[in-house]
Amino acid sequence: MKVEQISVFLENKPGSLEHATGALKDANINIRTLSLAETVDFGILRLIVNDVEKANKVLKDNGFRVSKTPVVAVEVPDKPGGLHSIMEVVSKEGINVEYIYAFVEKSGQNAVIIFRFDNPEKAIEVLLKHNFKVVPGAQLYDF
Amino acid sequence: MIYNEEFETMPREVIKSLQVKRLQQVLERVYHTVGFYKKSFDAAKIKPDDIKSITDMKKLPFITRKDLRDNYPFGLFSVPMSSIVRLHASSGTSGRSAVFGYTKRDIETWSDLIARCLVAAGITKNDIIHNAFGYGLFTGGLGLHYGAEKIGASVIPMSGGNAKRQIMILQDFGPTVICSTPSYALHLAEEGNALGVDMKSLQLRVGIFGAEPWNKATRDEIEKAFGITALDLFGLSEVIGPGMAMECLEGRNGMHIFEDHFIVETINPKTGEVLPEGEEGELVFTTLTKEAGPLIRYRTGDISRLITEPCRCGRSHVKMERVLKRSDDMLIIRGVNIFPSQIEAILVDIEGLQPNYQIIVDKVGALDSLDLQVEVNEKIFSDSGSVKELQKMEKRIIKDMTDYLGITARVKLVEPNTLKAGAKIIDKRHY
Repeated sequence: MKVEQISVFLENKPGSLEHATGALKDANINIRTLSLAETVDFGILRLIVNDVEKANKVLKDNGFRVSKTPVVAVEVPDKPGGLHSIMEVVSKEGINVEYIYAFVEKSGQNAVIIFRFDNPEKAIEVLLKHNFKVVPGAQLYDF
Repeated sequence: MIYNEEFETMPREVIKSLQVKRLQQVLERVYHTVGFYKKSFDAAKIKPDDIKSITDMKKLPFITRKDLRDNYPFGLFSVPMSSIVRLHASSGTSGRSAVFGYTKRDIETWSDLIARCLVAAGITKNDIIHNAFGYGLFTGGLGLHYGAEKIGASVIPMSGGNAKRQIMILQDFGPTVICSTPSYALHLAEEGNALGVDMKSLQLRVGIFGAEPWNKATRDEIEKAFGITALDLFGLSEVIGPGMAMECLEGRNGMHIFEDHFIVETINPKTGEVLPEGEEGELVFTTLTKEAGPLIRYRTGDISRLITEPCRCGRSHVKMERVLKRSDDMLIIRGVNIFPSQIEAILVDIEGLQPNYQIIVDKVGALDSLDLQVEVNEKIFSDSGSVKELQKMEKRIIKDMTDYLGITARVKLVEPNTLKAGAKIIDKRHY
C-alpha cells in the first residue's frame, strides 16, 4: 500500500532545480505532485512520478543524490475537516508526521494527501482499520 | 634589555661547546630511556657517543610529527609520570594528536625562556600584560603566563574569545602589553572601532604576537590600529611552546633562537640534507634541556631562513626569519594547527562517512574562516527525504570539528560531483 516518493538533494543555487526538472522532462517523466523543503544551504525535492524506477535512474545518471522514500497517500473528500479526520486517528495512535503535501484529484471531488510517517506500516494499518482510502502506489502513479 | 645576560650574550664558540656538551648528555639519556630513540638510532647504526660535534648531528635520524602521533599519548616521555607536572596537547582525535609533558624543571625552563622574550620586548615588572593567547591544552596562554609572573609583571589571563569583554578590560585595567595571535589583535581592533572605542588611546605600549603566520603589512596594520610596537614570538608546542625564539626591540629583524636550549638546523625538505646557515629551508629543532619529552632533530615543517649577522641588541644567538611557508599541508587557522587528514578523520569517524570534501580557508574581517563543503553521499542522504537528518549531520560535523580540533567551521552540504577532485584545500589567505 506504500507509495514510493523520489527525494532529491538540491543545493540552494541557481540552476539546481532546473537541472533536475530538465532531466525529468527529457526522460518524458510526468510529475504527479511534488513539494520542496528548503534550508539556507540546501533543499530536498520530493516527487511523486509516473515512473519511479526511471526517474530514479535518470536523476542518478545526471549526478543527483536520490533516494526512494516510502510515503502513504490517503484520499479524502475535498471539504473542511478532511485532513483533520486523518490526524485525529494517527495522533491517537502516537504516529508522528514528518511532512505532508497534497493535491486535488482531476475530478475535483477528492484530495490526495501524501504523508511521511515515522512508522508507515503502522499508519497504513490504522488508516485502513478506520476505513480511510489508502491509495496504492500503482494507482497513484497513473492517476 | 636582556634577562639572562650570561647566556644570551655568550660568545658563539662558547655556545657551540655548550651545545655539544648538552647534546651528548641528552642523546645518552634518550637512548636509554625512550624506546623510540633506541630503535631509531639502532636502525641508523648510531650510538650516542658517535656524535662528537654539531656537524656529526646529520648522522642522527629525524623525528617527525607522525612519530609524535604514533607514540600517542605518552610513548616519547623520558621520565616517569610521577615526574611530570603538566600535560599539553595538540588538537585532533585520539591517535591523531600529540601530547607534550613537562617536568617541574621544564616549566622553570619554559618560564625562563618567556621571561627572556618579555624582557627583550622591554617589558618589566611595572607592566600589566593582557594575555589573549588561549589557555588550556594549547601552550600559548599558560606559557606566556608563567613567564610574565616570573618577571613580576601583572598578568591578566584573558585567553581568547569574547571580544567585547576583552575591550572592556583593555579600557578599564589599562594593560600596557597585549599578547595574542596577530589576527585576533586585528579582530579586537575592528570590534573596538565598531564600538566607538579609540584603540590608540589605550595604555598599550607593546604587543607580542605569534602562533600563526603574519607579514609586515599585518604588523604595520596592528601597530597603526593600537599605536604600539608589535613584536614577533616563535614557539612550537611539540618542542616546548612559545618562547623558543623572540624578536628583540633593538633589532626588529628576525627572532633570536635561544641556542643554549635548542639546536636549530635548516634542511632541504625534499632530501633531508643540511643546508648552509642562511639558506632557506625547513627548520629542524633539537631540545638540549627539555627533560620530559626531548626531541632530537624534530622536523618542524616550517620553512624559514637563519640570520647569522650579529644583532645590535647584543644577543649572540642566531636569528630566524618569520615563518611564512610550510613544507607540508598543515593549515594554521586562528592559531590552531590543523592537518587536512585530521578533518578527514573526523568525517570518517562519523558513522563511516567517507565523503568527498573541500576545505576553503579565507579571512572574514581579520579572522580566519574555515568552510567545509561535504558532498552528500548515500550515507548522509537517508531514505527519509527529510531535512532534519541532513541538518543533524551538519551539526554533528560542526560539533566534532569544535570538540576535537578546536575550530569553528561552517559546513555546507553540496551535490555529488561538484567538488573538483584533487583540490581538497583552497587557502585564499595571503601572507
